[in-house]
Amino acid sequence: MKLATLDLKLARDLWRLRGHLLAVALVAACGTASWITMRGSYEALLAAQAAFYEQERFADVFAAAKRAPAGLVARVREIPGVAGAEHRVVFDVTLDVPGLREPATGRLVSIPEHDRATLNDVRVRSGRYIEPGARDEVLVSAAFADANGLKPGDALAAVINGRWQRLRVVGIAVSPEYVHAMAGVFPDDRRFGILWMGREALEAALDMKGAFNDLSVRLAPGASARTVIDRIDRLLAPFGGLGAYDRDQQPSHQFLRDEIEQDRVMGTVVPAIFALVAAFLVHNVLVRLIALQRAQIGLLKAFGYGPAAIAGHFAKLALAAVLAGCAAGIPLGVWLGHGLADLYREFFHFPALEFALSGTSLLGVVLFGAATALAGALGAVRRALALPPAESMRPPAPPVFRPLLAERLGLQDMLPPAVRMVFRDLERRPLRAMLSVLAVALGTALLVVGQYSLDAIDEIVRVVFRNMLREDVMVKLNEARELQVKNDLAALPGVLRVEPFRQIPVRLAHEHRERRVLIEALPPDGQLRRLLGRRLNPVAIPPDGLVLSAALADLLGARPGDALRVEVLEGARQVRHVPMVATVDEMFGLWAYMDLAAAARLLGETATANGARLAVDPRSLDSLYAQLKQMPAVAGVALREVSLEGFLDTIARNMLVTTVIMVAFACVIAAGVVYNGARIALSEHAVELASLRILGFTRGEVGAMLLAEQAIVTAAAIPLGCLIGYGLAAAVVAAFSGEVYRIPLVISPRTYLVSAAVVTAAAAVSGALVLYHLRRIDLVAVLKTRE
Amino acid sequence: MAGSAVFRMRGVSKVYVMGEVEVHALRCVDLELYAGELVVLLGASGSGKSTLLNILGGLDTPTSGEVWYLDRNLSAVSDDELTRFRRDHVGFVFQFYNLIPSLTAEENVALVTEIAAEPMTAAEALRLVGLAERATHFPAQLSGGEQQRVAIARAIAKRPDVLLCDEPTGALDFATGKVVLEVLQEVNRTVGTTTVVITHNAAIGRMADRVIRISSGSITSVERNASRARPEELEW
Repeated sequence: MKLATLDLKLARDLWRLRGHLLAVALVAACGTASWITMRGSYEALLAAQAAFYEQERFADVFAAAKRAPAGLVARVREIPGVAGAEHRVVFDVTLDVPGLREPATGRLVSIPEHDRATLNDVRVRSGRYIEPGARDEVLVSAAFADANGLKPGDALAAVINGRWQRLRVVGIAVSPEYVHAMAGVFPDDRRFGILWMGREALEAALDMKGAFNDLSVRLAPGASARTVIDRIDRLLAPFGGLGAYDRDQQPSHQFLRDEIEQDRVMGTVVPAIFALVAAFLVHNVLVRLIALQRAQIGLLKAFGYGPAAIAGHFAKLALAAVLAGCAAGIPLGVWLGHGLADLYREFFHFPALEFALSGTSLLGVVLFGAATALAGALGAVRRALALPPAESMRPPAPPVFRPLLAERLGLQDMLPPAVRMVFRDLERRPLRAMLSVLAVALGTALLVVGQYSLDAIDEIVRVVFRNMLREDVMVKLNEARELQVKNDLAALPGVLRVEPFRQIPVRLAHEHRERRVLIEALPPDGQLRRLLGRRLNPVAIPPDGLVLSAALADLLGARPGDALRVEVLEGARQVRHVPMVATVDEMFGLWAYMDLAAAARLLGETATANGARLAVDPRSLDSLYAQLKQMPAVAGVALREVSLEGFLDTIARNMLVTTVIMVAFACVIAAGVVYNGARIALSEHAVELASLRILGFTRGEVGAMLLAEQAIVTAAAIPLGCLIGYGLAAAVVAAFSGEVYRIPLVISPRTYLVSAAVVTAAAAVSGALVLYHLRRIDLVAVLKTRE
Repeated sequence: MAGSAVFRMRGVSKVYVMGEVEVHALRCVDLELYAGELVVLLGASGSGKSTLLNILGGLDTPTSGEVWYLDRNLSAVSDDELTRFRRDHVGFVFQFYNLIPSLTAEENVALVTEIAAEPMTAAEALRLVGLAERATHFPAQLSGGEQQRVAIARAIAKRPDVLLCDEPTGALDFATGKVVLEVLQEVNRTVGTTTVVITHNAAIGRMADRVIRISSGSITSVERNASRARPEELEW
């Protein structure tokens, strides 16, 4: 097929403008890649979640109790709105894992031996399901197995109910309940794992025959979770019920839900930024091209080409550049998407999590790209159409310049002519100048936001690991014990200091708002766990009353001085009113604190502890670990430095990857905008610049005049970009901070400096490329040119 | 009027290779220009007169032969030295003025005086071309003739040793063109700058000390006028 002559012109224009259009295409490619990666990951997570929840029948309501009779489940099933209920025994124990120096925490979860669970069933990934009657068989959660290199056939040791027991791994499994499993605030797959064990075996080991301490409920369609939760709470209350909750407070679901939401938001915001910049670049290129081809457009009109043909001609040019970028961005996005799926597999344990590019996503990005191109072309094309044919074949009226604002104020002598020239050019097209500044600022902002996550990590480490948690080892006991347990712990090898604590499950209420949380009762003179105020100032535990994390106080709508209703969810289940005395700023979870002695008064008992923080001589850690692994009273051990390592290892490494990608993308924006701007300036000012060269200005001087405008744009954009970046980071914080965690809004000077440096470098490289084009201007030809 | 030779060209040839075609723009040209004289270089379009001017002005270098400015061999210097040469010694006036649209008349002149060694002030240069009262106007606010006079002011403000004018009246009407020529003659007479005007308009030759005709890249004749006509006497 022979190309229409106008399309032949199009092809040649494309080739001639390849430098300008490459900048457009690169920005479009990054936008496309971010769309494909983030939307794709969002869709992949959402699909994997939906499928897994459905196939393995993830429950809707969860409840724990101390010990309830199995017969109670029948009454739970009778509650209107309950479609099914399953009872289990769940218990945390200390594990001795081959090859792991420290003790790990295993959550033993009972599963039926003869058939499969009707709710929260496991999916065996390798090996097999447990066999009926086999007392020592367990399935191990995939995350824990992968982190510790466990395979079917391996053995673990656990202290269950005071007895040392050997467990045989027969299968590796995943469960919708533990897509993301965390014991504390940070994921630590090496030291926390789920062990599914036959119900009869576990009931026997824990003396829980005919009883349960964990309940899962499936709701009938349309049933009210609130009503069902209330009924369950009443049924379980006599049996030490800890309060039922729905999926919104189920830890794994919360974490996954937040991540999916983040992907959705980022998958919208980031491509939108690129689209804005791409449309702006398209606009600039076309406006310049139409100015250069004014006479040609007039000629085409004179020949009888209609508005549609002319508009189509320039629209095609925009489409070609943007869609070429899309075409390059799609494979890049798919590649990055696969990489992101690999990262997600470390965090989220589904039967399968594969990045897949859906037809809708692909079609969406192409249509979005086309819309971006057309939006960018619109203004320019309208100018082309508005040109009357006869007039457009004459040269354009000379541009009108005005003295600068500064000069109108009488400051003209302060500026040399070359500087005035640059500023007047900027002032003549204020919109273009402002949009250029905005575009480079958006690139800078992406850099700031990209690195912000690293700052947040630094801040978390500084606050949480260096200021708040100061113990070496935290020990959780399997039940509350007299305070003299302190002496037993102090006698362990290497222990320098022991600070007991008592965690009490309660329901806190203020006015109509209520929340199930743990009160952590701490000794008044504690050194190993600090409560910190807004400016990281230590907050002392008051002798009476509660200290709440600020997020919890907000949730309850409570302010210092308010009396909170405290319903203890264990023992005698006292209900008391306790004043809230202060709030503390904490990044993770929802917590309430009080004095150990005050807690004892609340519970109406002598002071007890169900855990302790230890300061330990590092030289004695090994023997301490060995003893802790065998102590029946110990339900779990957390090690601060080890959690920190785990935290940095997983989260920080993944954030680094994202940051590198963001930085690369931001460079493309900054370089693209500056290159495009400088190329257009070169095209507009070629005659002037060449005249100046002829008049004896050196290449350097002329180059400086050419790039001064871009330098001013870049210089103006950097502070603006830092501001926008701060705003975006604040939006990220607002959007993603919830009950699980609250990201600190701290941006380091390093982030601002690196962002400024990277943008400056990207702009400088673009400038150097344009200077290369400046060298090739034919001075002699300029003498004959009439602009 | 003729002083010592400022420029000497010896056997200068310029060949442009355009694809498979070689264009001989200049063929073995010998030429001297003397201090303070006003020379009109006359030739038809494509005769090679612009090439000659470009080589004199250090915008282009000959393919063979030598160009001497006083004791400096322009055919054997670097690009940077040519820039330096233009900056210090040459004033250019172009057919299309080539003013910077974003600078006023005075600023257009000041742009050049700022990088010159011993310039006159921009105001003085504008006064010489009769535009003192238009100093704060932007090019878009000036007529073609006025713009060309600003261009002349810009060219002479640095007190160049040679003023090279490429078709300075080519874009102007008859009356305006004569005003511009008067300015050129006036500057030549009062400042004493060696001036070369290239044109295809034979009538302009009468205002020169010498008229050099060029055709197909060769000098065909050099005529000395017994007396220079004033531009207002010219007719075309």
